[in-house]
Amino acid sequence: MPAYRYDYDVIAQWIEHGEKVLDLGCGDGGLLSHLIETRQVRGYGVENDPEKILVCLKNGINVIQADMDRGLTGFDDGFFDHVIMSLSLQAMHNTQGILAEMLRVGREAVVSFPNFGYWRHRQSILNGRMPVSRSLPYEWFNTPNVRFFTIDDFEALCAQSGIVIHKRLAFDDGRVIVDDPNFLASVAVYRLGRH
Amino acid sequence: MTESQSTCQSIGIVAPQTAHFEEVLSLRSGARLDGYELVFETYGTLNAARSNAVLVCHALSGSHHVAGRHAGEKEDSGWWNNLVGPGKPLDTGKFFVIGVNNLGGCHGSTGPRSINPATECPWGADFPFITVEDWVDAQARLADKLGIESFAAAIGGSLGGMQALSWTLQYPERVRHAAVIASAPKLTAQNIAFNEVARQAILTDPDFHDGHFYVHGTVPERGLRLARMVGHITYLSDDAMGEKFGRSLRHGKAAYSYDAEFEIESYLRYQGDRFSRQFDANTYLLTTRALDYYDPALSHAGDLTAALAAARAGFLVVAFTTDWRFSPERSREIVYALAHNGRDVAYAEIDCAAGHDSFLLDDPQYHAVLAAWFGRIEV
Repeated sequence: MPAYRYDYDVIAQWIEHGEKVLDLGCGDGGLLSHLIETRQVRGYGVENDPEKILVCLKNGINVIQADMDRGLTGFDDGFFDHVIMSLSLQAMHNTQGILAEMLRVGREAVVSFPNFGYWRHRQSILNGRMPVSRSLPYEWFNTPNVRFFTIDDFEALCAQSGIVIHKRLAFDDGRVIVDDPNFLASVAVYRLGRH
Repeated sequence: MTESQSTCQSIGIVAPQTAHFEEVLSLRSGARLDGYELVFETYGTLNAARSNAVLVCHALSGSHHVAGRHAGEKEDSGWWNNLVGPGKPLDTGKFFVIGVNNLGGCHGSTGPRSINPATECPWGADFPFITVEDWVDAQARLADKLGIESFAAAIGGSLGGMQALSWTLQYPERVRHAAVIASAPKLTAQNIAFNEVARQAILTDPDFHDGHFYVHGTVPERGLRLARMVGHITYLSDDAMGEKFGRSLRHGKAAYSYDAEFEIESYLRYQGDRFSRQFDANTYLLTTRALDYYDPALSHAGDLTAALAAARAGFLVVAFTTDWRFSPERSREIVYALAHNGRDVAYAEIDCAAGHDSFLLDDPQYHAVLAAWFGRIEV
């Protein structure tokens, strides 16, 4: 899934110099490369796509091939400063499990996802078609996404699961959205912690 | 010569060399070797900075003959010929690759078949126990002799992977990268159990003569054959065996005999026979023992992360989904222990049907992973 640069920049703001970072669904390692360059992090990525593993290796990324839906059991509690999942949460089956694992192995979690409640998506559904947009670039028949949720849905899950939302930023095509993000934002980025 | 041949060639004819060592080698068992020889081969050219050397560590039945062919052979016979050569993933146009027959081996290095200077008879069962760490010490002395201060990489599969890993712990400043393939930080009880069955087959063969069969003029072929047959079953996956042999009968129908009725029996017998004529029983025993004993975490109260804290190399760990003898779980233990030490490590889990033997094959993703990783190594 193509990640937006503004997603990277927001995430980088929340990462301190020299942190230990885990990027789940790291793709070609673009975000980790960005964080290594701008924050000198010690970064590891988890990916399960053989093609992307090869790209990571060519880019010198510490990539670990694993199925994230099966958890992060190999990592010690609290080992990472930040565990990041950029635009991949909607492709996980075990949403609650992976959020719990992220906050087990990391002090904080950073999560971004496409907002299915975005007005253009709603408009598409009202017109009788599943949404296809910059944040949801796939057709219904070839999408890797398996969970379809809105900003409000996600925040309700956090409340229910005892996950603390430290910070939320919402965007429409790179523009920050402050008012009514569940309707006006296409992507949301969260900084999460434990109670 | 076509384009593809010119970019990916055989190393061609190679010749083994022998290095003599006079200085005493103290072994982990407490024994010592007062002098020994190591047989080795090299491929490619050592650069002026002596910074492009890669050590290939062999597994149970491997040898120094990693790539190419010996004079008089028609076909390439190196056991990792598909990996090592010009334009191959371990590219001899870039790297100076060294294969060495381990101490205690039976392909030319000092081992149980060699003459014990104290008795002027073959060592046989009196050859000292050798550990993975001892092998690495001996390899380091070979590196000294070749003027290699630090290896660009050490690589090995299975038991060879244990040596590559051990290099990073024993000589962290002398190996910049390590590829640990289809390996484990220690054997499981089940794995030791398989080794024990293989050893018992040899030890109880009447032709074994307590390891002194050389002077009796016998060879414990039955024991070696059984040992290899058991081993072979564990190196293949159930699926691979099913696909290759299934329940095919050699004569199309049951003959009601104990001859090789099924194709799988015929295959195992062939592999066992071939191996028993080539391999040394004492080498088999001591090598499986080295496998059993290997456990770098033992001296750290079982804490593998603490054990790997000494490593400085950048790692590639590779496992194969159908390998149940050295399963991906074992490789992941190494990966997580390295990550917890903040070391550079990449891990690839290759979806290959061939079981443990996959590490010797040329699965496209596997070789692409190795090519990408070796391609990043600066020399």
